[in-house]
Amino acid sequence: MSGETMDVLIVDDEAPARALLREMLTGVPDVRIVGECANGLEAVKSAAELKPHVVLLDIEMPKLDGFEVLELLDPATAVVFVTAYDSHALRAFEVHAVDYVLKPYRAERLQEALHRARGRLGQQRPEPAVLARAARPDGAYAHRVVVRDGGRVHLIPAERLDYAQAQDDYVELHSEGKTYLKTQTLGSLEAALDPAVFVRVHRSFLVRLDRIRSIELYAKNSRVAVLADGTQVPVSREGHARLQELLGEAG
Amino acid sequence: MHPLLDDARRLAAYVAAALPLAAVVVLLLTRGPQALPMAAAAWIGGVLAAAAVVLLLPVWFVCRVQPFDATPASRLAATHGMGALVTGIAWSYVGTGAARLLDSGAGDPLPDLYRAHVPALVAGGALLYLVSAAFHYMLLAVEAAQRAEKGAVELAVLAREAELRALKAQVHPHFLFNSLNSISSLTASDPARAREMCVLLAEFFRRSLAFGDKGSVPLSEELEVARTYLAIEGHRFGPRLVVEEAIEPAGAACAVPPLLLQPLVENAIRHGIATCTEGGVLRLAARTEDGRLHMTVENPFDPDAPARPGVGLGLSNVRGRLRARYGDAARLEAHRTHDRFRVTLQIPVEAVG
Repeated sequence: MSGETMDVLIVDDEAPARALLREMLTGVPDVRIVGECANGLEAVKSAAELKPHVVLLDIEMPKLDGFEVLELLDPATAVVFVTAYDSHALRAFEVHAVDYVLKPYRAERLQEALHRARGRLGQQRPEPAVLARAARPDGAYAHRVVVRDGGRVHLIPAERLDYAQAQDDYVELHSEGKTYLKTQTLGSLEAALDPAVFVRVHRSFLVRLDRIRSIELYAKNSRVAVLADGTQVPVSREGHARLQELLGEAG
Repeated sequence: MHPLLDDARRLAAYVAAALPLAAVVVLLLTRGPQALPMAAAAWIGGVLAAAAVVLLLPVWFVCRVQPFDATPASRLAATHGMGALVTGIAWSYVGTGAARLLDSGAGDPLPDLYRAHVPALVAGGALLYLVSAAFHYMLLAVEAAQRAEKGAVELAVLAREAELRALKAQVHPHFLFNSLNSISSLTASDPARAREMCVLLAEFFRRSLAFGDKGSVPLSEELEVARTYLAIEGHRFGPRLVVEEAIEPAGAACAVPPLLLQPLVENAIRHGIATCTEGGVLRLAARTEDGRLHMTVENPFDPDAPARPGVGLGLSNVRGRLRARYGDAARLEAHRTHDRFRVTLQIPVEAVG
C-alpha cells in the first residue's frame, strides 16, 4: 500500500518521548498520527477504536506492558517497539514485532522502521497466545491472562482463573462466576500457564488444580471433576492419568 | 591424608631424619660398661631408626583426633602418656628382636648386653613419641592458620565483589538512555529545559563517580545525588513524580556508604512511580534515634502492574552491602501495603571520618 496514508498510534508513558515521536513524524509524507496514549490500557482501547496501521510501542509502561498490548492488538496491526531496553530485543522479534528502535534514536532510524512497517502492512502476526508464550522469559509462567473485549481489557490473575473451555477458535475463560472469551487455542493457553497448577483434564478443558473438589465416576470409564463452585467438568482417561500423576506428586 | 605421606619432599626429610637417630642409638649402645660391639650396635641402630620412622607416623592421626586446643589437658596427658609408653616399649622390643637375630647361640653375651640398654631405649622411644606429637601439633596449627588466612582472604574478596556489584548496579544504563531520549525531544521543543537536563545529568554522573573511591560520605551528599537523579526523572515523568523529604539535620550529617540509597530511589521510580498512571509521592526521610540512623524510601506502586525484570535485585544488593559492612548492626526492612512500598534502613550513627 505504498503511497497510501499510514495511520500511526504513539504509545509511551513519558510525555517528552511522545513529543519526540510526534515531532519526528510530523511532515513525513503519507504518515498520519491518529493518537497518543500514555499507558497500555489506553493503547488497547485506542487501537480498537482508531484501527491504526502501525503502533509505536514502549515496553515498560503502567497497567499493561508492551508485550501484553501487542497480544491484544489486531494481528494485522504492525508493531514497532521503541524502548531504552535492549534486553527485550530477542523477545520482540519472537512476537513478530516489525522493528525494535532503541532510545535515543535518529529520525532516519524511525523512518526505516516505518518503511519496514509499510512493507509488512496487511500481514498477519501468528495467533496472539503463541506470541504471549514467546514473550515470556524462559522458565516463567504467565501470572495473569489478558483478555480484550472490544475496547475493554480484563486482567485475570492466574489464581482467579477457575477453568478454561475450548470453543471453536477461542477459549472460554471462567473466573469467579464470570466468563470471558479470548481468541486463542486451549493448547497455547495451557502452555502459557504453570503445568503444576493447571491440568488439561480433557481435550476441551483446562482446570486449576486447587479448584477441584472431587473426581466422581460418572459412568464406566467416564469421570467428572466437581469444582469448588459445583461446576462439573468432564475428565478423559488421559486427563485422569495426568491428575493422578500431579496429585501423587503433591503427596 | 597424612601430611608426611602426601608430600614427597616432606617424606624424604622425615626419612633422612632417621640417619642422625640411628647415629644417636649407636652412640648409646656402644657406651658404658655394657657396650655392644660396633657392628652389632650399627645393625640394631639401623633397625631401630627404621622402626621409629614407621612407628611415629600414626601419631599424626592421634593428634588430629584430639586437637590440642579442644581437648582437656587431662585427656591429652592420658592419651599421649599412654602413647609414649606403648611406643617406647614397642620400640625397645624391636631392638630386642634385632639383637636376637645376631645371637650366635648359647653363651653369646649380645642379648644380655642389649637388655642393659632397654630402659634407656624405652625412655628414648617415649621421648621420640612426644617430640613427634609436638611436631604434628605444630604442623596442624600451621595448616589451620593457613586455612583461616585463606578463608579471611576469600571473605574479603566476596565482600569486595558484593560492593562492586552493588556499585555497578547503581546506575542503570536505561536511565541514561531514557534521559538522553528526553533531551533529544526537548532540544527542539524546549531548548532551555534540554540544557537544564544536560547539566543535571552531568552533575549526577560527576557526583556519583566522585563517590567511587570513598568509604563513606555524609548523608547530605548522598541525598544531593538522589535529588539530582529525581530532578532528571521529574523531567521525564512530569507531574507524575512528586518528591517529599523529611530529613533531620542530625541525620544528614551522619556517614553512610556512598550510593547506598541510590538503588532504592531507582527502584522507587522504576517499580513504583513508573507503574502508576497518575504517579504519586516518593518520600525520603532520615532521622537519628538511640545512636542509630534511620532512613526511609517510600513510594506508591500499582498492585496490578506487570512485574518488571529486576524486582528485588536492588534490595538484595543493598542488604548485601549492609551485611558486609556492618554485620548484624544494620537492618533493612521492606514493608508493602496494598499500594505503597517502604524500605527502611537502620545503621549505627557514625561521623564522617
